[in-house]
Amino acid sequence: MLELREVEVAYGNIRALKGISLTVAEGELVTLIGANGAGKSTTLKTISGLLRPKAGTLLYRGQSLDRLPPHKIVTLGISHCPEGRHLFGRLTVVENLRLGAVQRRDHEVVQSDIEHIYKLFPILQERSAQLAATLSGGEQQMLAIGRALMSRPQLLLLDEPSLGLAPILVEAIFDTIRQLKREGATILLVEQNARLALDIADRAYVMETGHVTLQGPAMELKYNPQVEHTYLGT
Amino acid sequence: MNLVFYVIQQFVNALSIGSLYALMAVGLAMVFSILRLINFAHGDLIMVAAYFAAFALLGKLPLVVTIVLMLAGTVLVGLLMERVAYRPIRGAPDVSALLTSFAVGQILQNGTLLVTRFLQKPNPLAFPVIGALSGVFTFGSITVSRVNVVSLLLGIILLVLLSLFVTRTNLGLSMRAAAEDLPAAQLMGIDINRVIATAFAIGSGLAAVAGLLFAVQAGQLTPYMGFTPVLKAFIAAVIGGFGSIGGAIVGGYALGGLEVLLTAIPGIGDILPPGLVAPSVQAWLKHWLPSSLSSYRDAFVFVILILVLLFRPNGILGRREREEMG
Repeated sequence: MLELREVEVAYGNIRALKGISLTVAEGELVTLIGANGAGKSTTLKTISGLLRPKAGTLLYRGQSLDRLPPHKIVTLGISHCPEGRHLFGRLTVVENLRLGAVQRRDHEVVQSDIEHIYKLFPILQERSAQLAATLSGGEQQMLAIGRALMSRPQLLLLDEPSLGLAPILVEAIFDTIRQLKREGATILLVEQNARLALDIADRAYVMETGHVTLQGPAMELKYNPQVEHTYLGT
Repeated sequence: MNLVFYVIQQFVNALSIGSLYALMAVGLAMVFSILRLINFAHGDLIMVAAYFAAFALLGKLPLVVTIVLMLAGTVLVGLLMERVAYRPIRGAPDVSALLTSFAVGQILQNGTLLVTRFLQKPNPLAFPVIGALSGVFTFGSITVSRVNVVSLLLGIILLVLLSLFVTRTNLGLSMRAAAEDLPAAQLMGIDINRVIATAFAIGSGLAAVAGLLFAVQAGQLTPYMGFTPVLKAFIAAVIGGFGSIGGAIVGGYALGGLEVLLTAIPGIGDILPPGLVAPSVQAWLKHWLPSSLSSYRDAFVFVILILVLLFRPNGILGRREREEMG
């Protein structure tokens, strides 16, 4: 479904991705793990078009994404839930959800999709008229995921959904990710909490300073001594 | 009774001048909120609109056609400005954008000067009299000039429509999202070029309306006439809370009220009917608030601007700037 071949990205003179190749197949949950600054978020930003690759190609269902602006990439069915949530804090919860569907043409079913998000996260319905900035951290993450789902994505890019959340909320967010996976969603998950990520993913890539250093089925990587030592702390 | 009429008249004046400031300030605020660009060439759009209207009227075109041409022409200039000057430098440091806006202003001023010479029109150019906007309305013993009443009504109507647009439509919602977090707005599938062009188009259209009303009041046009209005609009936007449409509107009317107060209060001792206040108070007012003080109006306005910047740096409706992540 998604294929990156030898993708290079630079911020000015600093090379952040030094030739990344990865694939995500339909219905798969793939995770990118690695330390801060390894290039995980940069990879997602390049897929969603916020950054332009210097070299290499990105293919989505056979179509090149290299030169497309972000809003075109959203219409192709890729939705990016960014690190740090990036909610519109001065807008209400329901306005944030509406914005998630703003590029869709089927305006009449948007309301029923909002109801669907409320079923997934009932607390958002209670808070629907509140400004997004007034939500708690966990609620904000739920809203960020809900907003990303409002475009009815075929491929969901999730960047650090557990960041800064209490363990019980992390559990809740990961339950939701499991549920989305059961419903057939294709997800590319960036996560610092490698243990959690490897538990729910089908396959994983380990990134280090702009390179992919290891890849394989999540279960295998989980018991790889090197991964255990570096990322799982055992 | 004189005093009551005087107060009503000044109130209408305040709302009318406030409407003009608000119409200009929202354009500055919309563009700033999305691009962090203080578009000083916004004032020159007011000037361009006034010249479009003047040339159309001198060409004996009917008022309605004149207004349509003026709106279309000014919006086109505003869109061109964004496409040719600001889009290529998007992402450059704020100072570059600010300098570009001065350059755009210079180009518009000199361009207008060239056109007036080419058409062999005088400079300054007398603005043709528009029957519908000249003269006064008389309500009992209150007289207010027509252009003030029209400014007041048009300002309120257009600003209400603008508020409905930004709160009720998807494009307006997209604009507010882009103003808050541009990359996140892109991730929603919002075409930011379209949103930015819309902000320029609406800002230019409102500036054109303000330009026409301004020209009617001023009576004559020069290519440099945009400077004072844009400065006032900028002050209005800062007083209200820079970067928000609501702030620009509040700031516009606050500045209008302030200016009229500063013009009206000096000399108040001469107008007060005898017996309303103690003679000693009246003498005190006459002595300390002579009408000659009103010529210092702009100086007082700037003093108040400095006070606002000192004590409420984010303006009347201002919020604390949040740290943006990522």
